[in-house]
Amino acid sequence: MTHFIEVFFQAFPLLMDGLKFTLELAIISIIFGLGIGMLIGIFRVYGGKFSYTLSTAYVELIRGTPLLVQLFILYFSLPQIGIHLSPFVASVISFSLNSGAYQAEYIRGAIQSVEKGQMKAAFSIGMTKWQSIRLVIMPQALRKVIPSWTNEFVYLIKYTSLAYLVGVPELTAQGEFAASRNFEFMNVFSGVALVYLFVILIVTWLFSNLEKKVKIPGV
Amino acid sequence: MKLLEVRNLKKSYKSKEVLNGISFDMDKTETVVVIGPSGTGKSTMLKCINRLVEPDDGQILLNGMDVMKARKIEKIRQRIGMVFQDFNLFNHLTVLDNVRIGPLKVKKLQKNVATELAMENLKKVGLTSEAKSYPSQLSGGQKQRVGIARALAMNPDLILFDEPTSALDPELIAEVLEVMRKLALDGMTMLIVTHEMGFVREIADRVIFMEKGEIVESGTPEKIFNAPEKERTHQFLAQFTKFGREK
Repeated sequence: MTHFIEVFFQAFPLLMDGLKFTLELAIISIIFGLGIGMLIGIFRVYGGKFSYTLSTAYVELIRGTPLLVQLFILYFSLPQIGIHLSPFVASVISFSLNSGAYQAEYIRGAIQSVEKGQMKAAFSIGMTKWQSIRLVIMPQALRKVIPSWTNEFVYLIKYTSLAYLVGVPELTAQGEFAASRNFEFMNVFSGVALVYLFVILIVTWLFSNLEKKVKIPGV
Repeated sequence: MKLLEVRNLKKSYKSKEVLNGISFDMDKTETVVVIGPSGTGKSTMLKCINRLVEPDDGQILLNGMDVMKARKIEKIRQRIGMVFQDFNLFNHLTVLDNVRIGPLKVKKLQKNVATELAMENLKKVGLTSEAKSYPSQLSGGQKQRVGIARALAMNPDLILFDEPTSALDPELIAEVLEVMRKLALDGMTMLIVTHEMGFVREIADRVIFMEKGEIVESGTPEKIFNAPEKERTHQFLAQFTKFGREK
């Protein structure tokens, strides 16, 4: 145990450097993903035929292919047609696109769970469709989506370890680097796992607080 | 000019005809009540007037404006209030915000003006003390009164009431009817669908009896309740006396 602590603290600075990238990747991607998710989610419920078809195709395409393959296409395949992305940018784009598709499904479900009468009431006082969505439907839908959103963020934090494979020095990559210097694979990767666990527990706690904070009184 | 003119309104769902050519009109300050058996298209007719339900055919004029041909239906809906059977208050907003959101976001009034207007209308329904509550913290009767205040805050030409007391426990009905009675006295133009026959008798300027998507007959409450021309009207109203619902 003391040996583990010793190795862990030795590797700690490296792991923290990696964690910085991990969190950057996860936070930027969850936010872009939320933007994409809201847009696609709204299109899938309220869109016309064209936007519905397009957004459904997007969701199915992303969900039907592995995240790693999507990342490799962005990082390794695009250069063949002249588009060069840095490892970090390629990762952010692929994670955002991927998370966006999943978030779109959560948001679609949440929108559909808002009572039909809410929209009717919004229309009845003269709101446009867009006003109704923005002022009445989304504030309720987004509250309902927080638990699945927490889940999505947790997945995303873990999935960022895939960025290692295109050379982003994130937490897993730094762990690998630290471990291969002293061959302490057991101890270092246990430490890496603990860091992920710790971060995810904090995130879960933060979001459950957020959920309580924005809860509609009396509901 | 009539405040509201409805001409030959038709609506069917798939092959089922719900409205089979409804025509009537309303004057300003008039209270018209629509009665009739369940499933005869009363609610559908009401929702066609502000096009929450899209009619198949017919003409609707509000102050001479063609509702069916309106480019921006939301402009017309601002002038037609609606009170729903199941309230449909905005769950995530306080009572004050429920009433204020229309003036504030739709009419784009200044916040203090909208707030004042909202409080004024909450006062009319006796709920200023609940301004900071959320809908789920209210009783059904209170919810419906907020629903009425929300409609009033838009200062509409006409308010449509779609069975406003049908979802309420019996002991909560009176407070809602009381508010509606006051509105009628204040000269609000109201088109009401309800089964509260005692209330209809008391408040209506005119009663329309509807069945199977058609207007069977219409007239003053005295005429409809005491001397209906049509046998169907008589039969329908007889049920209410039988069950003692009429006051």
